[in-house]
Amino acid sequence: MATSDPHWRADFPVNWEDDHYVTRREFTTFLTLISGALFLGTGLVGLRERWRRRRAPHPAAMRIAQVHEIAIGGVKLFHYPTPDDPCLLLRLSTDHFVAYSQKCTHLSCPVVYRVREQQLHCPCHEGHFAVETGQVLAGPPRRVLPRILLALKGEDIWATGVEV
Amino acid sequence: MEFFIDPSRCIGCQACVHACAECESHRGLSMIHLDFVDRSSSPQTTPTVCMHCEDPTCARVCPADAIKQTAEGIVQSALKPRCIGCSNCVLACPFGVPRYIAAMDQMMKCDMCYDRTSIGLKPMCATVCPSGALYYGPRETLEKIRREHPTNTFVFGRQVVKTKVHLMVGHETDELEFDVASFLSTSSPLAGED
Repeated sequence: MATSDPHWRADFPVNWEDDHYVTRREFTTFLTLISGALFLGTGLVGLRERWRRRRAPHPAAMRIAQVHEIAIGGVKLFHYPTPDDPCLLLRLSTDHFVAYSQKCTHLSCPVVYRVREQQLHCPCHEGHFAVETGQVLAGPPRRVLPRILLALKGEDIWATGVEV
Repeated sequence: MEFFIDPSRCIGCQACVHACAECESHRGLSMIHLDFVDRSSSPQTTPTVCMHCEDPTCARVCPADAIKQTAEGIVQSALKPRCIGCSNCVLACPFGVPRYIAAMDQMMKCDMCYDRTSIGLKPMCATVCPSGALYYGPRETLEKIRREHPTNTFVFGRQVVKTKVHLMVGHETDELEFDVASFLSTSSPLAGED
């Protein structure tokens, strides 16, 4: 008999020992505990990140570009503060430069500059950021794009810090 | 310790019915069936407890996964949180054992007094039966005091059912065959003899 049994029989066994019965109350307890654990876990991860960010040394200023390298409406890719942090430097007008981290705050896809809309656009999940402030305009991201603080020294553009 | 039923010894005293109703787990509700074989022609009665099939049909047909068999081979009553009161088991059991209790909207059946037999006691019905129609004990003892032979293989058409509980029959036999179709066409098993 056992060999000809349909596969669902394994899920609904006649044998008492093979049955893994879960009562509604047990299931509710499980759900509550798991969601509580997830809540605490994400809270701890967030706190740790915040603590680490506060303790992190202020990144050293770095010369990233020269003014004549970028046309108005142009983009330059650079890495700041470490070589693993891709950033975009945008020239909005003659002497108005902004720079943001290129990692979308949703799932870290690289954002691209859309000149016509004056937006930074993440093509992965249609995230849109304002080019002036880095604020989220639309899409799944919830946090602003980290902004790179800039300083203009003569012809040179320096990155002086990251504003999250 | 095994259970043996000998309907030929039943005297219809109802002791088993009342003893069953005194069980701790279903007080006031008797799970045993005590039936007249053919009331118009004979006073013969026959007790039916659950035969505890090795492959229980009631559990097989349960759509709510409510009937379970323990490792000892005892088929339990429907699990209360699962039973939906559909009576599939009542219709499917070849021995007519499960009962649908409308007031509770669920099935209950003989569980061979699982609370008692699992700790080595006899089932309630077997402790009170005065004629030995319901016997629970070692097979060797039974064989010494009885002429009848136990059998536990029943053939219902194409379905062969092996049971934990034995039925005592007059002759030695490997299996008892039942002509299900003829039972369906006549209401009385003795009707054909007229």
